[in-house]
Amino acid sequence: MPAEQSLFEQLRDAIRAEVPVALATVVEGSFTGNKLIVWRDAESEGTLGNADLDRVVTRDARGELAAGRTGMRHYGLHGEAREEAVSVFIESFAPPPRMLIFGAVDFTAALARVAKVLGYRVTVCDARAVFATKSRFPMADEVVVDWPDRLLAEVGGDLGERDVVCILTHDAKFDVPAVVASLATDVGYIGVMGSRRTHDDRTKRLIEAGVDEAGLARLRSPIGLDIGARTPEETAVSITAEIIARRTGRDAKSLTVTDGPIHG
Amino acid sequence: MKELLDDLDRWRGAGRAVAMARVVDLEGSAPRAAGAAMAVTEDGEVSGSVSGGCVEGAVVVEALDVLAKGERRMVTFGYSDDEAFEVGLTCGGTIHLFIEPLDW
Repeated sequence: MPAEQSLFEQLRDAIRAEVPVALATVVEGSFTGNKLIVWRDAESEGTLGNADLDRVVTRDARGELAAGRTGMRHYGLHGEAREEAVSVFIESFAPPPRMLIFGAVDFTAALARVAKVLGYRVTVCDARAVFATKSRFPMADEVVVDWPDRLLAEVGGDLGERDVVCILTHDAKFDVPAVVASLATDVGYIGVMGSRRTHDDRTKRLIEAGVDEAGLARLRSPIGLDIGARTPEETAVSITAEIIARRTGRDAKSLTVTDGPIHG
Repeated sequence: MKELLDDLDRWRGAGRAVAMARVVDLEGSAPRAAGAAMAVTEDGEVSGSVSGGCVEGAVVVEALDVLAKGERRMVTFGYSDDEAFEVGLTCGGTIHLFIEPLDW
């Protein structure tokens, strides 16, 4: 990181390059306006006012960055907990969450499009080179010709709570190994497409493959919310709505029949 | 802030003074999450938003004042009832904005 760059320029370049970074700003208290740029590993840049405060906020900001959270925290003048002399706004710029879509089928293009609107980095993966092409899925960030379990063996270790896997193959030959390999990761959402009959048959095969109750309970199968979706585009909305509802812990009724906060 | 970067670059490159307003805290039902940002140039050009369109006009006024005085500040917008015609959020929530010159 060239030293002559301003904090804004360092932040801007990191955001563009999708390097995880957090910006801490004092918004109330003696050091109002002071800033600290916090990296996942490297030493922080700038200062909030003194080295003690910088050290405590660097620690907290790394935690917020790992979780992709943004919000306000309060400290004493030297970073003391349970004091409110200084208010620090910590803004996380985490890289976009990932969506892995297994199966280069009709539904894949629509799902990839909606996922891009929602800010996912989308990978389409299918073992069949004739279907898994960039020209069929121009909206995807990458199109990979490989077996799902092989791709997951490669990237699965990086997947976390914010990431999602959608298995659209509805062919036991592909989706059983894809489910088994997905369950071995910490990915936040695993949805598997198929009719009720496909689902029942697949569940039997998954149990034969050694998937236990806890593993089965992690799956959203059949994938999606019950909104009566028919077209690939409607199905994509049903799937992405389920992904959002899982993250927020809502049970996805109409707001008409519920009360309480809408965004909370 | 990500969606503002192109405009910020362009404005900075042209040597225009810019103020940035960020949602840093909120209570109750508010349309945009913490981190929502809006930038205002000294001659009143605007990028981004911090609410559903309810308070942006007032934020421009505050941002120009921040640029004129060169001082950073917190500004709070809450609920305003229809009869008062005051600037506020119709959704009933409260948002706290930090507004500062982009001089860092």
